[in-house]
Amino acid sequence: MQKDPVDVLIIGAGASGAAVAFSLAETRMKIVCLEQGDWTNPAQYPSTGRDWEARHFGDFNINPNKRRARADYPINVTDSPISVANFNGVGGGTVLYAGHFPRFHPSDFRVKSLDGVAEDWPIDYDFLEPYYNQNDRMMGVSGLSGDPAYPPKQSSMPPLPLGKSGQTLARGFNKLGWHWWPSDSAIASQEYDGRPGCVNLGACTSGCAEGAKASTDITYWPAAIRAGVELRTGCRVREITVDKKGRATGVIYYDEAGTEQVLKAHVVVLACNGVGTPRLLLNSRSESFPDGLANTSGLVGRNLMFHPYASIQGIFDEEQDGYRGPGNCIWSQEFYETDASRGFVRGYTYEIVRGRGPVATAIAGMLSGRVAWGADHHAQIRSMFNRVTGMVAICEDLPEEHNTVTLDPILKDADGIPAPKINYTLSENSRKMLSHAVSRATELLITAGARDVMTEAPIGAGGWHLMGTARMGTDPEKSVVNEWGRSHDVRNLFIVDGSIFVTSAGVNPTRTIQALALYVADSMKKRLDNLFD
Amino acid sequence: MTELISTDNATNGILSKDLLAGLRVVVGLMIPESHEYQVPGADDEKIFNDIAGSIGDEAEILKRGLDNLEELAQEAFNCRLVNAASEDLPGLMATFKSADREFIKALTSLVASCYYRDDRVMKSLGMERRPPFPNGFEVEQGDWSLLDPVRARGKLYRDVTASEKNDT
Repeated sequence: MQKDPVDVLIIGAGASGAAVAFSLAETRMKIVCLEQGDWTNPAQYPSTGRDWEARHFGDFNINPNKRRARADYPINVTDSPISVANFNGVGGGTVLYAGHFPRFHPSDFRVKSLDGVAEDWPIDYDFLEPYYNQNDRMMGVSGLSGDPAYPPKQSSMPPLPLGKSGQTLARGFNKLGWHWWPSDSAIASQEYDGRPGCVNLGACTSGCAEGAKASTDITYWPAAIRAGVELRTGCRVREITVDKKGRATGVIYYDEAGTEQVLKAHVVVLACNGVGTPRLLLNSRSESFPDGLANTSGLVGRNLMFHPYASIQGIFDEEQDGYRGPGNCIWSQEFYETDASRGFVRGYTYEIVRGRGPVATAIAGMLSGRVAWGADHHAQIRSMFNRVTGMVAICEDLPEEHNTVTLDPILKDADGIPAPKINYTLSENSRKMLSHAVSRATELLITAGARDVMTEAPIGAGGWHLMGTARMGTDPEKSVVNEWGRSHDVRNLFIVDGSIFVTSAGVNPTRTIQALALYVADSMKKRLDNLFD
Repeated sequence: MTELISTDNATNGILSKDLLAGLRVVVGLMIPESHEYQVPGADDEKIFNDIAGSIGDEAEILKRGLDNLEELAQEAFNCRLVNAASEDLPGLMATFKSADREFIKALTSLVASCYYRDDRVMKSLGMERRPPFPNGFEVEQGDWSLLDPVRARGKLYRDVTASEKNDT
C-alpha cells in the first residue's frame, strides 16, 4: 500500500475517476484512488441466473435507497419528482448503464449564444473532439459513421444489430420522414481489445456478464493499475482537509473495517458524480471554507440537472425482439435542435429500447390494467410478451439554481456522514418538451403499427444522469472550477465528473464526462511545473 | 390446498402463517391455473414457496395490505380470506386494488418475478428454460438499406459559427 503523502489522490473509481487515473498514470506520479464500493464479480451478475429480472428490484436496483448495499449512501429525494440512480463500486455507473454512448453536438456547448438560455461552455466540440477520440479507443464504440445529426466521427466497431424491433421502428421513422440512425454504443458488437462481442444477453442494465459492455472496471482500470495506480476499495471519504493557506492536504476516510484513516496528498481529484461530489465538498467545511470547500461562489450543489426522461412503448401484433439483445439499438434526433415553433428551447433524443422480459411485461401489463387478474391473464400477457418495443426520450435539462444538492440535517450513511438531499423541480420548458416527446413518439409508434401505446413522463426512477453541481467556467463568481477543471478557490483541487457540466445536452453524458476527464488530466500534465499558479 | 412451507425466515417473521395463507389465495386469484396454456397458477406450491421466500424488503407493505384485506373479508363475509367463497373474492379484490397502490405494486412485482421464471410457465411462453448467460440469444442484423432515405436527407445538426465560438 502506498505510503503518505501521495502525489495525486482520486476520489471515486467510476467513469471519470478511471479515465483521469489512466491518463495521469503516464506521469509516474504516486496516484491513489479511493473507492467506497468494491469490485463486482461478473460471474455473479443477474444474467447468470434465472432470477435475472427479479434482481433489478433487489441487489441490482438502480436506486441506492432500495439497493442499500454497504457501499451505498442514502439520498433524500422526497422533494424531487425524479429519484437518483447510481452504482457505487469500481466502474461506478458504467456497471449498470445501458451503454448508450452519444457525444454532445456542437450546439450543446453554445446554448446561450444560440438560444439565449443558461451559459455557454468555456470549451467547444472541436476542442473536445481529440479527447472524445481518445476515450472512444479505450472504451470501444459500436456505431456507424455518417450520422447526419453529428459532425463526422468514426466508430471502433460495426453497429449493434437492428433486430425486429429496430426494423419495425425504422420503418415508422421512414414513413414520417424523420431522422434515425444506429446508436453509438459502448457495447462491443465484435471482439474488441480483449473483450468479447455482445451475445445479446439482454440484461445490460444489471451488469454485463459477457464483458461486452464497456464498464470502466474492465476498460480503464486494468490499464491504469498496470501502469502503477493504486486503487483502494471499501474506502469512503468523509472530508477533504485543507491547510491554513486554503490548499487541500488530503482526506479523512473510513476504510473497509470502518476505521478512520488519513491520507495526505499534493493534489486531490474529485470524481464522485453530480451528487457525491457536492456532498463531499459541502461536508468539507473548515475555517477557511465555512460554507463548504471550493464554494465561495455559492454554487456547489446548485444547478443540479437530471435528464427528464419519458418512456413511450408500443404494443404490436407482430413479434419484436423482446428480452433478446441489448437495449441499445437505434436513436432519433429529429427533435434535437431548437425549433421555436415547438414552444420550448433545446430538444431531446429518442433512444429505442428494444423490448422487455416476461417479468417486466407482466408488471407493466398488470399495473396499467392491460393484463387482467384472473382467467384472462394468460391470453392478455401473451398478446404483450415479445410484442412491446418503443423508446425513451432524453430531454435536455437546463440549469436552475434552485435545483440543488444539499446536506440532509438528519439522514446519514453507515459511517455517520451526512447524506445528500435533493430539491428538484421540473421546469416549464422541460414539461413542454416531455409532452412534445410523448405526443410525437405516440404518432411514430402508431405509424409503425402499434395497436396500443404506454407512456410515462417523467420516469420517476430515472435520475441516471447527475450534472451541473460544480460547473466549469472562466468567471469565479459563476462557476466552481475553471475551464480546465481546477477549483477557482483551491488550486490543488480538481473535479472531473458530471458536476462540472455547464449544460446537460439531450444525450447520455458518460462519453462527454470521460472526454472531459481526459482533457482535465491532459491540462494537468501540460502544467506540471506550474500546476498551482 | 397443500400445507405451506414455513417462510418465517424469508419474511423475518413479519408475515404470520395466516397472512401467508391469505396471500396464497390472493396470488391464485391474480394468476390462476390454465389448462388451455398448460400453466399452473401462482398459488401452485412450488411457485408460491418461491414467492413467499422472495418477499424480503416488501414484507411490511405486504403485511399492511394483507391485514387490511383480512379486515375487509371479515366485514363482508364474516370469515377469513382463506375461507371466503371463491366467487366472492374477485369483487373484494377489485375494491381493494384501487385502495392501496403501494401494496398492489409490491405484490405485482413479487408475483410476476417468481411466476415468470417457473419452468412450466417459461415453456408455455416459448422460452428456453435457462438464464441469458452464457448462451445469449440470436438477434437478426436487419435490413440496413432502411437507412437510405435518412442518408439522402443530409446534414441535420446545427452549425456553430466562428463568432459563437469561444475556445479556451
